Amino acid sequence: MKRMPKLNLSVMLVDNEPARAAILEQALLDAGYRIAARLEETSDLSEQVRLLQPDIVIIDIESPDRDTMEDMSRLHKDNPRPVVMFSEQDDEQTIASAIRAGVSAYIADDIQATRVKPILEVAIARFREFHALRDELDKVRNQLADRKLIEKAKGLLMQHKQCSEEEAYKDLRKMAMDQSKRLTDVAENVISVLELVLKTK
Amino acid sequence: MTNVLEKHEITLGFIPLLDSAPLIIAQELGFFAEQDLKVTLRGEFSWATIRDKVSFGLLDGAQMLAPMPLAATLGLGSIPTPMVTAFSLGLNGNAITLSNRLWQSLDAFTQTDQPVLSRLKHYIDIRKQQGQLPLKLGIVYPYSQHNYLLRYWLASGDIHPERDLDLPVISPTRMIKSMADGLIDGFCVGEPWNTVAEQQEVGRTAISGYQIWNNAPEKVFGVTQKWAQENPNTHQAVLKALLQAALWLDKEENRAQTLDILARPEYLNLSCPEDAARVPLLETENWPQFYRYSATFPWHSHARWLLQQMLRWQQLPNQSEKDAQELEQMIQQVYRTDLYRQAASTLDLPVPGDNNKPEGVHDNEWLLEQDNHNILLGPSRFIDGREFC
Repeated sequence: MKRMPKLNLSVMLVDNEPARAAILEQALLDAGYRIAARLEETSDLSEQVRLLQPDIVIIDIESPDRDTMEDMSRLHKDNPRPVVMFSEQDDEQTIASAIRAGVSAYIADDIQATRVKPILEVAIARFREFHALRDELDKVRNQLADRKLIEKAKGLLMQHKQCSEEEAYKDLRKMAMDQSKRLTDVAENVISVLELVLKTK
Repeated sequence: MTNVLEKHEITLGFIPLLDSAPLIIAQELGFFAEQDLKVTLRGEFSWATIRDKVSFGLLDGAQMLAPMPLAATLGLGSIPTPMVTAFSLGLNGNAITLSNRLWQSLDAFTQTDQPVLSRLKHYIDIRKQQGQLPLKLGIVYPYSQHNYLLRYWLASGDIHPERDLDLPVISPTRMIKSMADGLIDGFCVGEPWNTVAEQQEVGRTAISGYQIWNNAPEKVFGVTQKWAQENPNTHQAVLKALLQAALWLDKEENRAQTLDILARPEYLNLSCPEDAARVPLLETENWPQFYRYSATFPWHSHARWLLQQMLRWQQLPNQSEKDAQELEQMIQQVYRTDLYRQAASTLDLPVPGDNNKPEGVHDNEWLLEQDNHNILLGPSRFIDGREFC
């Protein structure tokens, strides 16, 4: 049977996005790593690191805890050091994509830099996936909201002009084309005007 | 005649602090737009992230701690990335605040008519005798003026910052909460966080940065050397917009409006700009100098002092004669007075002809006499009267 790398490197995750951290935790567990801890924003990060002695700390680049980690690595020789420090020429690409994906990492002194690369790659992939999912979700949410606006504008137009749904929709599209605006923007205008008109009636 | 901008759309980073004002004002009052720049400002929460995002091109430039372009170029805490600054974002703006609990201990154990530094020394000695853990004073970053001013102050009172104390690093936005939670006994941080700590009755200011070093440099606008080389016209455009913002900020009557803009959620997110918190903040001597006293000029004498502190506290290994020469060359390379002069002269603003000024010599305002125009400079006293010339 194939041996696991240094029987289970232990990883500490610091991330304010619990969902993202959970996904990454599972992926790392599946790859045979140990999770020392999964923390959200914490005021005693240095205590936790000293206590749990992780081999690697993966931390969201947007976390205010980063400066604390930087300083720890400077002060004590046995504390994890920033991965950027170890970047060899061929690793620079990995580091750059890590930073772009929002991943920063610190590794313990006795761990070879090369052994971090697979972990970094997993983290980068999961972070990217998470962002893509969230973007997709935002898009769907926006589309839903847009559709609701258009429906509402149509309804008000039908009521106001006593016309069919099809005619109301045609009106909206014509307005959008004439004013070279997005359909949603026109719908918003129509709603604000007609709500006022219908209210005063 | 205008030079073509290499980039019209740029993203600049800032940390929510009073001295991010030149960037925010340049944006909000349209000084960037006047230069044909479309700027996105991004609030960041850690200095390491500012450095990394600038290094890897996620940010075009950013507000940086004054020592940061030097530290990054030297590779302190990161792979060496040559950076430059051609603009200082202001002088002063820091203070040291001690927690209520520490003040109570000082009152209980020391004589109240003594200067706070000797009281602190006395109390630290008592704690040592009792075998208590060292007090914790928070700083925001190891390579920061906060760290160096705090250490300078402590050392002037015969307190050794490492042997007698613990100086943990905490993000500025989280400093007050850490003090309220009893995790630290004091901190050195930029405004408005000292004033806010007093307002929230979490702690009280012990001394201002100004009292430690009059008109000390604080933050700079930094970019990578590579970016500066590839985007010279865009860089000049940013510098000009920042100069205009600094001139506007220099007027006292603009302070209230400045605070209104800075307090917004997308910037400093100060929850209490309308109430009492704003009055002391507007009057505090920690309000930075944004333009006068050549506050925007990247003085080589400032860079040299910062490097001396890195050496003093062993962030840099001791220097041989040759190393010392290399450091001097690095000051020339990182602190780009030439780029500053280029931008300022386009706007017909006076510039110092010399790259250095005597530090620690003047108690009062003084006139730098030059052939074409004199320049008013500020006091530059250190708390212990030392001179750096």
